[in-house]
Amino acid sequence: MTKDVKERERVVVRFAGDSGDGMQLVGSRFTDATAVLGNDLATLPDFPAEIRAPAGTLAGVSAFQIHFASRDILTPGDRPNVLVAMNPAALKANLGTLEKGGMLIVNEDSFGDNNLKKAGYERNPLEDGSLDDYQLVRVPMTTLTVRATEGIDGLMSKDAQRCKNLFALGLLSWMYGRPTDVSEEWIERKFAAKPAIKAANLAAFRAGYNFGETAELLGVHYEVKAAPAEPGTYRNVNGTTATALGLIAASVRSGLPLFLSSYPITPASELLHELSRHRRFGVRTMQAEDEIAAASIALGASFGGQLGVTSTSGPGLDLKAETIGLAVALELPLVIVDVQRAGPSTGMPTKTEQADLLMAMYGRHGESPLPVVAASTPAQCFEAAIEAVRIAVRYRTPVILLTDTFLANSSEPWRLPEVSELPEIDPAFATEHNTEGGFWPYKRDERLARPWAIPGTPGLQHRIGGLEKQDLTGNISYDPENHERMTRLRAAKVAKVAEDAPPIHVDRVEGAEVLVLGWGSTYGAIAAAVRRVRRGGGKVDQAHLHLLNPLPRDLGELVRSYRKVIVPELNMGQLVKVVRAEYLVDADSVTKVRGLPFFTAELEEAIRERL
Amino acid sequence: MPDVKVNGANGGSPLPTLTKKDFSSDQETRWCPGCGDYAILATVQSVLPELGVPPERTVFVSGIGCAGRFVYYVDTYGIHGIHGRAPAIATGIAVSRPDLSVWVVTGDGDALSIGGNHLIHALRRNVPLRILLFNNQIYGLTKGQYSPTSEQGKITKSTPFGSQDHPFNPIALALGAEASFVARTVDVDRGHVAEVLRAAAAHRGSAFVEIYQNCNVFNDGAFEPVREKGVREANQIRLEHGKPIRFGREGERGVARGADGGLEIVEVAEVGEDALLVHDAKRPDPSLAFELAHLAERPTGPTPIGVFRAVERPVYAEELGRELAEAHRRADAEQLAELLRSGDTWTVPAA
Ligand code: SF4
Repeated sequence: MTKDVKERERVVVRFAGDSGDGMQLVGSRFTDATAVLGNDLATLPDFPAEIRAPAGTLAGVSAFQIHFASRDILTPGDRPNVLVAMNPAALKANLGTLEKGGMLIVNEDSFGDNNLKKAGYERNPLEDGSLDDYQLVRVPMTTLTVRATEGIDGLMSKDAQRCKNLFALGLLSWMYGRPTDVSEEWIERKFAAKPAIKAANLAAFRAGYNFGETAELLGVHYEVKAAPAEPGTYRNVNGTTATALGLIAASVRSGLPLFLSSYPITPASELLHELSRHRRFGVRTMQAEDEIAAASIALGASFGGQLGVTSTSGPGLDLKAETIGLAVALELPLVIVDVQRAGPSTGMPTKTEQADLLMAMYGRHGESPLPVVAASTPAQCFEAAIEAVRIAVRYRTPVILLTDTFLANSSEPWRLPEVSELPEIDPAFATEHNTEGGFWPYKRDERLARPWAIPGTPGLQHRIGGLEKQDLTGNISYDPENHERMTRLRAAKVAKVAEDAPPIHVDRVEGAEVLVLGWGSTYGAIAAAVRRVRRGGGKVDQAHLHLLNPLPRDLGELVRSYRKVIVPELNMGQLVKVVRAEYLVDADSVTKVRGLPFFTAELEEAIRERL
Repeated sequence: MPDVKVNGANGGSPLPTLTKKDFSSDQETRWCPGCGDYAILATVQSVLPELGVPPERTVFVSGIGCAGRFVYYVDTYGIHGIHGRAPAIATGIAVSRPDLSVWVVTGDGDALSIGGNHLIHALRRNVPLRILLFNNQIYGLTKGQYSPTSEQGKITKSTPFGSQDHPFNPIALALGAEASFVARTVDVDRGHVAEVLRAAAAHRGSAFVEIYQNCNVFNDGAFEPVREKGVREANQIRLEHGKPIRFGREGERGVARGADGGLEIVEVAEVGEDALLVHDAKRPDPSLAFELAHLAERPTGPTPIGVFRAVERPVYAEELGRELAEAHRRADAEQLAELLRSGDTWTVPAA
């Protein structure tokens, strides 16, 4: 039977199920096939907070959303057009996001009394008419999966049932014409050592695909053509991987061995896991006894002449503050990656927020300025990581790199850079005396950076510490004038980082009097909202900051040149405070603190209201 | 990075003869007159030249407290870090640079209170560090509060009615953390300090050395029974590997196993020399060292000093370090490009 093919410009699909149902796996497989097809895409996994919440409950629901299109897109999409719900809890937790009239594909086998009760349904929603506003597609996925895997040698029935996620993947792959070879090859590789499981997964995947093709339930399938893109080689990447690759690239470019020392914390642990795999590049990862040690060990490695990096999330950044302050005083390179999550305190560890900006900028005792870099999209984490390392090494300073849960977990296509085009990073170790017959560890260069002399270098032995140091010699000093001079020198050095920053890129339209200014992971949502406002006739410009401290030198002039500046942030208004304080501009704040990214629609409205 | 043995021999390469002067910085020492730290500094500076490691490959790391100032006075590389974190900072240095000889100087508050976690984990991992804990049983730099090694009931500025805390026994703590080398010595006993330092320097892995250090300003006399000439001869139980544990002016007393299985102090004349316990620092099982650590809870009477334990066990990430260094040397632009391209990629041709 041939079915109709309809073309779609963009589609949002959300896979939802119990955390044991393998929805993240289905999502990432679907993503890879989509990427290879050449669609532009953005994804957002939505993990439950509990590792093993009771099966079938709302707390245990895990979801994965993908937005793909034949044009460039910027966000994982506000509302799905298609929701795949593997059980009643997944339906209940996610139905609210599905667009009215959207397609709802459910595994009807899981809608038994027990599961309905666990999800808090009194009546079966598949039967009571409550889903009439949607195109409901009921598929007995478990039954069909078990049937498809019958006769596979050595397969337990429990294992057969578990393959139903691959059935769902097969079905959606058919619906959107995704290439099957990408997923099949993956299954072959992944389960190469377990022939029965491999055969079962392949069978389930193919059964899902064939079900789409043959079942009467689905009349049409869709085509989403490849998006026009700049020529080049692409891969799909999430923020965690991009950050890791950026750090490795910086290590190779600088010749400094990468030494990551971290303590497990959600969601930053993923970076530790990712970097732990790259021994081939001489990357050393060390799981420290606590957050403080993690930072201190990394700082020790920097003193030893390596690229010391520590990664964490909010609560860990609190603990590292003292060591970061020491790094400010020692003036040694150190990169601190803060994958921000919703706070205060433990907050919502698996949910995103941008509320560590002021802590990154000011969260240490005494005058202890340091550069702060923020990544704006999952793939941009690569550049941001390299930039953080470049600044740290060039200026002999700790640098905080801000990403967040959303960036870490979301993915998008990334055009691979040429290695030769990556920034040069020169550690420029000191090897000789820099003063008559001796070595002064705090004698600065034209960027006010001090020499980095590493142990093993004869004649340059020196002692440095957290006590205030005499200018030039680095000897302990309590002299009032010296303290003021050193405080100002440290600040001036950090301020100099702005001299390297390119002019702020402003996305302009003719006659705009309003600027939307953002930072960090909100880039995609802001850009998408600005586009929509413009389509509706609104005139608005957009600028996005990657260097948060020091602020770019042209920012003051830029914000003063608009009648209105709108600053959307996933916090209670942090950048807006800085902009107001620095430039005396009456900037307007748009905030959201729900542990979720901005939706394009809500930002569009917020901007429109303020035009 | 040169592949050089740090402890003892310098990989066979000839070194100019080093002297104490090579390890003395030009900074003026600033401890209180009479402080036990002076004696320790002088001994360390005189032992370092013997070790065959040049000043530029020696690193001292300290935390906060009077002992923390130590790093400024030795002409090596050094970091005066933050309170309690010296073992962690030193771990980063030692692990990243196995060619260096890394020393930690810390105090009882620094190592056992605010930095307790870092100390036990460095010891557990067996990171190649020489950790010198200057134990004066008081907070000196903050002007006299009780420390985690002060005796219960100690009257200080922060405990005018006596402290409620049960103190740590640093040797027992280090043994509990599975330290591979554990020793104790006494600041002014320079010959003994030097001997212990040499043994610590020769050890592969973490070497933990507790040094009883008199704070003559805030806790004078805390170690008098084992420190002052005239009494110490009767109280120092000098542990020597492979030798019967005997002490006293004439060696008239010793340590033996009692009827209840525990250790006890005996008169040699009464039990006979054969009944004395023979010290074995190399026993893989730390229980004997642990018993010796508890022979004297406080240095108020006969107290063991010397090397309690010195065993071989794998040094933290030693082998891995070599592999990583080699891998890093080989990693080049081509390999990086290949890494970036890994996974599923697709190509958009030029139009
Ligand atoms: S306070 Fe005590 S430990 Fe500190 S320098 Fe003075 S005597 Fe030495």
